Amino acid sequence: MADERLDLLQGTLDLMVLQTLSTMGSLHGYGIARRIEQVSGNLLILNQGTIYASLVRLQQNGWIDAEWGASENNRKAKFYSLTRNGRKQLATQAENWDRMAMVMNRLFGIAAKGADT
Amino acid sequence: MIPARPLWQRFLSFFQRRPLDQDFSRELAAHVDLLTDEYIAAGLSPQEARRQAGIKLGGIESAKELHRETRSLPWMETLSQDLRYTLRTFGRDPAFAIFATLIIGLGIGGTTVVFNVINALLVRPLPFKDPQTLVYLTNGSGENGSSDATFMVDYLLEMKQQTQSFSDVAGYFDFYNIGDNKLLGQGEPERLTGVPVSQNFFPVLGVQPELGRGFSDEEAKFNGPGAVMLSHGIWEKRFASDPRIVGRKLRINDNVCTVVGVLPASFDFGAVFAPGTRVDLFFAFPLSEQTNRWGNTLALVARLKPGVSVSQAQAELNILSPRIRKEHPNWNDLDFRAANLQQHVSGQLRPALLMLGAAVFVVMLIVCANLSNLLLARGASRQKEMAIRAALGAGRRRLIRQMLTESVALSSMGAMLGLILALLGTRLLTHLDALSIPLLTNVRIDGPALGFTILVAVGAGLIFGLAPALHVPLATVHDALKENSRGATDGKDHAWLRRMLVVSEIAFACVLLVGAGLMIRSFLHVLDVNLGFAPERAATIRIDPSNDKYKTQEQRNGYFNEALRLVKEIPGVSAAGLTDVLPLGTNRSWGVQVKGKSYKRGESDGGFVRIVTDGYFAAMGIPIREGRDFAPSDTKGSEPVFIINQRLAHDALPGQDPIGKYIFVDDPKVARRIVGVVGDVRHLALEKDGGDEFYVPMRQTQDFGSVGLVVRTNLPPKSLAADIRKALAPIEPNLATNEFRTLQQIVDKATSPRRFVVILLAGFAAFALILASLGIYALISYSVSQRTQEIGIRMALGASAGDLQRQILRQTLALAAVGLAIGFTVSWIGARYISSLLFGVKAGDPVTFVAMVVILIVVAAMAGFLPARRASRIEPMQALRTA
Repeated sequence: MADERLDLLQGTLDLMVLQTLSTMGSLHGYGIARRIEQVSGNLLILNQGTIYASLVRLQQNGWIDAEWGASENNRKAKFYSLTRNGRKQLATQAENWDRMAMVMNRLFGIAAKGADT
Repeated sequence: MIPARPLWQRFLSFFQRRPLDQDFSRELAAHVDLLTDEYIAAGLSPQEARRQAGIKLGGIESAKELHRETRSLPWMETLSQDLRYTLRTFGRDPAFAIFATLIIGLGIGGTTVVFNVINALLVRPLPFKDPQTLVYLTNGSGENGSSDATFMVDYLLEMKQQTQSFSDVAGYFDFYNIGDNKLLGQGEPERLTGVPVSQNFFPVLGVQPELGRGFSDEEAKFNGPGAVMLSHGIWEKRFASDPRIVGRKLRINDNVCTVVGVLPASFDFGAVFAPGTRVDLFFAFPLSEQTNRWGNTLALVARLKPGVSVSQAQAELNILSPRIRKEHPNWNDLDFRAANLQQHVSGQLRPALLMLGAAVFVVMLIVCANLSNLLLARGASRQKEMAIRAALGAGRRRLIRQMLTESVALSSMGAMLGLILALLGTRLLTHLDALSIPLLTNVRIDGPALGFTILVAVGAGLIFGLAPALHVPLATVHDALKENSRGATDGKDHAWLRRMLVVSEIAFACVLLVGAGLMIRSFLHVLDVNLGFAPERAATIRIDPSNDKYKTQEQRNGYFNEALRLVKEIPGVSAAGLTDVLPLGTNRSWGVQVKGKSYKRGESDGGFVRIVTDGYFAAMGIPIREGRDFAPSDTKGSEPVFIINQRLAHDALPGQDPIGKYIFVDDPKVARRIVGVVGDVRHLALEKDGGDEFYVPMRQTQDFGSVGLVVRTNLPPKSLAADIRKALAPIEPNLATNEFRTLQQIVDKATSPRRFVVILLAGFAAFALILASLGIYALISYSVSQRTQEIGIRMALGASAGDLQRQILRQTLALAAVGLAIGFTVSWIGARYISSLLFGVKAGDPVTFVAMVVILIVVAAMAGFLPARRASRIEPMQALRTA
């Protein structure tokens, strides 16, 4: 492959946003996008506009709250933070993710074995 | 599926477009600023930095679009756009919108009213606990009057003991009369209708008193303490909903009764058991030896045991009936028949209601066809508009959706009008006291009715919008926009579709016309029936003598003499008489035996008995065929006499002169001499022969439960009530006049269900006819306007105006002929299904069918004539020049 960067896996953005808010506390959209890119080591292609669709979804589910505030260089920005429900949601989704990852790993493990014989 | 909470949030955000948009713009601006800072810090020029920031966000506008779609419901956004556009279109062409709304409104209004009636009578369960386990028991087929359909008290008791199918059996006294009970004290004396019921009647139905309690054991005994339960209606009306009514003593007739309970508003005895009757009071009917001697008096209602079906119960009854009969050979005939209570209540009206339902369905189809046609015509003139929208990027689906939105919007506006009409119609129906249709007071617009209306509106909108909608995007943008496309006629399939629609409208109208025609002719036959009495200018009122004042038979006879004398003195009164029952009301039958005729054991002649005085026949207008009327001298102590009707004379004394023959009545020891023969009276129903009838002089018997005065007058009977009240004041100062009725009212009430069906059906047929003629008119004038050039050329080539008119008329009539042929066949077959509703006409009644054909041809010709005349007046030069 010429470009080694990854497309976002469907449905994972919401979980990434939740996890980011969980580790970073209150953060604005730009900050969230930045953080995800940094953590991915710039491997992820992120259309930053989609962050806001994700934020709307999470907010409508009652998992995050939003508040206008001042950013580090004194610009007005909207800050998002996890709610209690959001924390619960993150816990369950993270667990689901682990299980899914385990299943995927096993599948590939078996496939690899099968290829050996 | 979106879960409820975010769905609700998205729904809400639809209504906060503007603030949410602004908020997000600011948020996005901040994001862009931060990104720009970052790029500048990385060494880009401010301009390039800002550009890169936009790219990073995937485009600012599309970020906004994405945000909007995510936070709200995209289909709602589109819908609201389409709706706004639709309303603008309607605003441009209000005549179309108003006309469409009007016909859908009428259609939906009619449909909803009929649905409500059907819902109340056939669908909605009776207002009792577990109504499906309630059965109504008749004795035999129950077709020959109440005496044959009811039971002796002992049968109820016997059955209760022996049956395995029923958990309990209750009954009510079926021989109560309207206004049997005169309530005195507290204002005007008023005649109220009361029904004696067995103690367990309300518990079996599962009806709990709203106030107080049911009848106690003591109150249910013969000659027990007087107790009464009030209906909710009378408690409200007469006693101002007094919460402390229980325990109050009322003077009813000559007795003092204690109010023990008030029944809930949901319980309407009349609506279920006696359509068109308002029942105010309930008394305890004692199941005792004494009441057993009254013979067949009880109508029975039983509660099935859990898991027992009606047919299983009937199977048991088939064994029980002969067994009980065998054990008690002296008892009356017995043949238990069980029917589900709901079926018993609405069964008779079922075919009529189903017919109305079918009719209203057909009306709705015509409405849809008509609108479809209108929209097609409109669609043709909107091709250009659609083409422009398509050129601007609207997809085919989006355009179809737009068209469907328009038609559903139209039908929704119609539905609103329809709902208002239905509300008025339903209101009118439930307040028609003269209408003797069961459960009518239960007809109302409720949840299901509302749901039904919405369903019909949306369904209709989709149906009549579909054809035009699918037609829209067929034109290519280029063709439609070409200035010259006007000259070309419509696509073939388009014209064909419209013609099909009009043909189906005509066919549907045919079916409705035939149905209405047959029902109208039946109704006229019913009205035309020889009743056997003359209802015009006669009226009736209850004048029962008070038992306190008139204790002995002599005293009562004196009261009758005096009452008749006083009433006859009223100016204009030509005849007056007394009777215990009136035609088309309650009835009872007795067995009689002709002296000297041999009968097998247990066999007798019999018939419906009426206790009357002299003057009754004259007042009713019943002709005396032979012999004489009763006379005031036929009284206690004089020779027992008897009058029979022609039918009984024929049945009991075939080929003999009945006058002077003796007949044993009620008490075998008394032989009554036949002194007269009178005409037959249709007293069961207008559609039914009266059967054997006989009359006993009121002054010679005490076996009657009520006394009604019948008065014939030369003046309008309106003021009669007050006159009678004044005339009788010397002997009866407390006369209640609230149950004063003209005989015509009684007859009208008996015909009211039929009239109801006829009026509705005739209305539907007229509406259908108007719609069909409009459909024809619209189609023909459209084709004329499309063919203006062609007509111009023809005229220029020498076609006369007459030729043109004939040609267009021929085209119209050809259309009508196809519709007629289909409609004729369908109604020929369909009429068979309503033959049970017809009276005096056959399903294939030639008069009806011919009239229908003539009416439709005339209407079609008229609808075609107007555009034909317009076509013939086209100026050839002008028509060609505009090309």
